[in-house]
Amino acid sequence: MLQFSKTKKLLIWSVCAIGILMAIPNMFYTTVEQSNDAEAVLETGVPVTPELTALSEQWPSWMPSALVNLGLDLRGGAHLLAEVQVGDVYAERIDSYWPEVRDALRSERETVGTIRRQDGNDLELRVRISKPVAMEAAVAKVRTLASPVASLSNVGAHDIDVSSDGEDIVIRLSEAERLATDQRTMAQSLEIIRRRVDEAGTREPTILRQGDRRVLIQVPGIGSAEELKELIGKTAKLTFHPVLGRTSDPEVRLQSRQILLPDVEDKSVFFILEKTATITGDHLVDAQPSFDQNNRPAISFRLNPTGGRLFGEYTANNIGQAFAIVLDGEVLSAPTIQSHIPGGSGIITGQFDVAGTTKLAIQLRAGALPAKVTYLEERTIGPELGQDSIDAGALACLVAFAAVLIFMVLSYGLFGVFANTALIINVGLIFGLLSMIGATLTLPGIAGIVLTIGMAVDANVLVFERIREELKGGKNPVRAIELGYERAFSAIIDANITTLIAAVILFVMGSGPVRGFAITLGLGIVTSVFTAIWVTRLLISIYMGRRRPKEIEV
Amino acid sequence: MRLKLVPSDTSLDFFRLSKLTLGASALAMIASVVLFFMMDLNYGIDFRGGTTIRTDAQNPVDIVAYRAALQPLGLGDVSITQVIDPAAQLTGAVSNVSQIRIEAQAGAEAATIDTIKSVKNALIEVDPTMSFPQIDSVGPKVSGELIQTAVIAVILAIAAVLFYIWLRFEWQFSVGAVAALVHDIVLTIGIFSVLQIKFDLAIIAALLTIVGYSLNDTVVVFDRVRENLRKYKTKPLKDVLNMSINETLSRTVMTSLTTLIALISLFMLGGDVIHGFVFAMIWGVVVGTYSSVFVASAILLRLGVKRDWDKVNDGRAGTQFADIDA
Repeated sequence: MLQFSKTKKLLIWSVCAIGILMAIPNMFYTTVEQSNDAEAVLETGVPVTPELTALSEQWPSWMPSALVNLGLDLRGGAHLLAEVQVGDVYAERIDSYWPEVRDALRSERETVGTIRRQDGNDLELRVRISKPVAMEAAVAKVRTLASPVASLSNVGAHDIDVSSDGEDIVIRLSEAERLATDQRTMAQSLEIIRRRVDEAGTREPTILRQGDRRVLIQVPGIGSAEELKELIGKTAKLTFHPVLGRTSDPEVRLQSRQILLPDVEDKSVFFILEKTATITGDHLVDAQPSFDQNNRPAISFRLNPTGGRLFGEYTANNIGQAFAIVLDGEVLSAPTIQSHIPGGSGIITGQFDVAGTTKLAIQLRAGALPAKVTYLEERTIGPELGQDSIDAGALACLVAFAAVLIFMVLSYGLFGVFANTALIINVGLIFGLLSMIGATLTLPGIAGIVLTIGMAVDANVLVFERIREELKGGKNPVRAIELGYERAFSAIIDANITTLIAAVILFVMGSGPVRGFAITLGLGIVTSVFTAIWVTRLLISIYMGRRRPKEIEV
Repeated sequence: MRLKLVPSDTSLDFFRLSKLTLGASALAMIASVVLFFMMDLNYGIDFRGGTTIRTDAQNPVDIVAYRAALQPLGLGDVSITQVIDPAAQLTGAVSNVSQIRIEAQAGAEAATIDTIKSVKNALIEVDPTMSFPQIDSVGPKVSGELIQTAVIAVILAIAAVLFYIWLRFEWQFSVGAVAALVHDIVLTIGIFSVLQIKFDLAIIAALLTIVGYSLNDTVVVFDRVRENLRKYKTKPLKDVLNMSINETLSRTVMTSLTTLIALISLFMLGGDVIHGFVFAMIWGVVVGTYSSVFVASAILLRLGVKRDWDKVNDGRAGTQFADIDA
């Protein structure tokens, strides 16, 4: 039991060495962070400046550079839990069918007679026809407007349900379309929020969808949750401009009423555009991924009546010309007008793939938040408070560490030193693991580490106490140590698995800081069992092998 | 010379006063439940909704002036407390920190920008040096869900543990361990009711850690009981239990002490933000250590256990470690 094979020794030392190596960057947190940031900037392809290079060389590139993420409570920043009112979108969506329905029914005036839109429920479009006898034909005509819903779960479903109610045709969104609309609304909201937050240029924002209609937004380094809310509430600017030419020369001379804007993908391509936008984002009511007549990925969009009229006139007069879709001062795409587009809806074709159209559709709609957002939870932590917490946590850690180390040596002498070595390695391993998996360290997480320091000695204590008992029972030192480890093993495993169960449940059920605590507690249990069972035993084995003491005192 | 907290050979009778200790535990639990219903917990905004604002100023905290400034805003129930940081007291640093809590406003989810702005402005008029290092606002919808999740988490943890111990030991051990757990949790809730310490999400995390720690302790004793039951097949259960507790006593005291040392340094130096959390854990370690001997083992003694372990062991799931020391 006390003998280790060469491979096993090597394995144990390598695990310790790798763990500690991974933990080292955290000791030089600011330096490594600046270096990582500089490297990230350099990778984006901006011109190399001496400052950036110097910063990136602050930390040698052959060293690991992964750091423990600091949670909001340590770094300071803002946290928002937003709920998207997905239902807001239904009324707008159903309303946007009106021009199409109107045009379709008008073309059948002979049979259905005159039509009139009825006021009523926001969630349905009600159209009265003057010749109710032709109701069936009218309903059939409107049904032809329905298009398949692009979703995985509802193959074959259509976007609208058309029915008749007395003299009225009633058009509602189908259940499948509602679900698909909800999904789109959430995807768009996330995209808009992400764009808005990225715009602010803060470090590593977390924007996560939670459940069906919630978005968690965490932005380190921002002044307050109010600032963040204002940022998210801001609307994007979308415009359609006639394209006058394209160039790679950013210094090109422009005539009056012209602007030069870069391409969103390829920053070396610039478009010369008419300054006056033909259509603005305010006119856009919908954009969805779809397919053109040749079944190539495309984007269909829908404008409100004013935008539809403007767009119809413009496209009729400019067939074969390009127009640019501009978002926040960058050209998203510049498709060519294929034909006159009446009715305020159209299709954008181009060099798209399905993923591209989905993204562009989201971005097109990303002009403004599609639905109202309410905030369920908001938290602001000032950076000074975060720094105070780090300082206090670090001090508490050090004091706890020192106290436990002294206590162990006083109680177990040399064996206490072995346990302490294992404890130091243990803390190194926790930080190494946290960095490797990119976990977030929170204030309760620090508490978890301190608690682990206290509890990590438990496994060693169990073994040492057992060795004492065996020695008292008259066993020779080597045998006593072997038996001590053997007999304490089941207690160590059972005791730690029960604690691990609690940690896992915390991790699954908890959120934010609580989860941070569960991670450090769980990792701490795993590393402390490893160090207690293998590292301490290896140390004892080396000591026993070299010195061959006749007697030991534990 | 070694530091020995517990003499090498103890043979204390832990069950001599078991009626008394069990009675005291039962009484404390009843008192906790009564106190909980009488005084209720001081729920934080995580569970009740509302807004807390932490203020930090150069001038001393003046609760009366703050309250007067907030009165005209009509925010309903406002509580203002000064935050006491023992670390700051130790070092003599000046700390003028207060915590202001505003109840959830009718009709709103989280606090509106306007509410927070008006509170900030009103307070800055009282003390221009004031800053607001932390603002939390939780809407009633989320807080309801948080309570639910927390309760489920605790119940799940207890159920999982009940199952694990039943698998590794016997049902009597399971009952003993869970009785000890419930004892610890109830007493912790009791002390939080009495002292009216803020009860928030972090405290739930602390409760679950207490669950883990208390079990850790209980399981170590039970593990020894299991071993001794096999070794001394004819010894009365009471003697086996006493022997096992005495044998593990040194370890119990050592581990509790090292954990307490770590926690106390965190309590003194870790800042006031995690005070409640660390307090809950210190309390948990103390009651958890007590309960593993005086509740878990005492209940095990009253329930009795099967003595023919070797027969039962055959083919039972989860006992693969149990034979290691046989």
